[in-house]
Amino acid sequence: MIRIHLASVFVTDQLRARDFYTSVLGFELRQDVDMGDGSRWLTVGNPGDEPFELLLEPAGHPVVGPYQAGLVADGIPATSFAVDDCQAEYERLVGLGVEFTQPPTAMGPVTTAVLDDTCGNLIQIAQMNAPV
Amino acid sequence: MYEALAAPTRRAILDALAASSTEQTLFELLNRLRYDHQVTLTRQAISQHLQVLEEAGLVHRRRSGRTVLHHYDPTPLVQIARRWPVSQEES
Repeated sequence: MIRIHLASVFVTDQLRARDFYTSVLGFELRQDVDMGDGSRWLTVGNPGDEPFELLLEPAGHPVVGPYQAGLVADGIPATSFAVDDCQAEYERLVGLGVEFTQPPTAMGPVTTAVLDDTCGNLIQIAQMNAPV
Repeated sequence: MYEALAAPTRRAILDALAASSTEQTLFELLNRLRYDHQVTLTRQAISQHLQVLEEAGLVHRRRSGRTVLHHYDPTPLVQIARRWPVSQEES
């Protein structure tokens, strides 16, 4: 059986991303290896021992800039994270100085908000609403 | 402006924009249309509709940092009310 163990987002600054994804968003640092070429093999995961990791990949390739710029201009998130309470997370993150392009909004089965990860991406946080 | 308002899809776009006091990204607007108005549009389609609404002065957009935000402007509709006033008894 094939399973997803790694997904990635491109980040414009890996050290800033390491700080943002752990200290601000609350993920756990999993791997941080200096590759010797100015880049790192940098992953974070959900707190606990879940094997899934998110790779914070250096945005060095020339197509990444236009890709990120196009998505951000239209407000499209690079990926989405689950939260239990979207409004509470929104307030916590705003308190930490995080900027949002969309405040918590009910969208059908989910309540979502979209934030700027300061590393070139918009990130959606999504709360599954109880079925009516 | 009358042509801009003639299309049901563009009226739905105005509904979706007017539903929020904050400005909206294209992403948020597309989701609101899908979930609140049962209108599913491609990015190209909504861009064309937004352009018509912008030319009519009903929608404005501005850049905030790297993101484009849209908002609804009711000012052109005031002209309609001036031209064909509605008395308080009728409204």
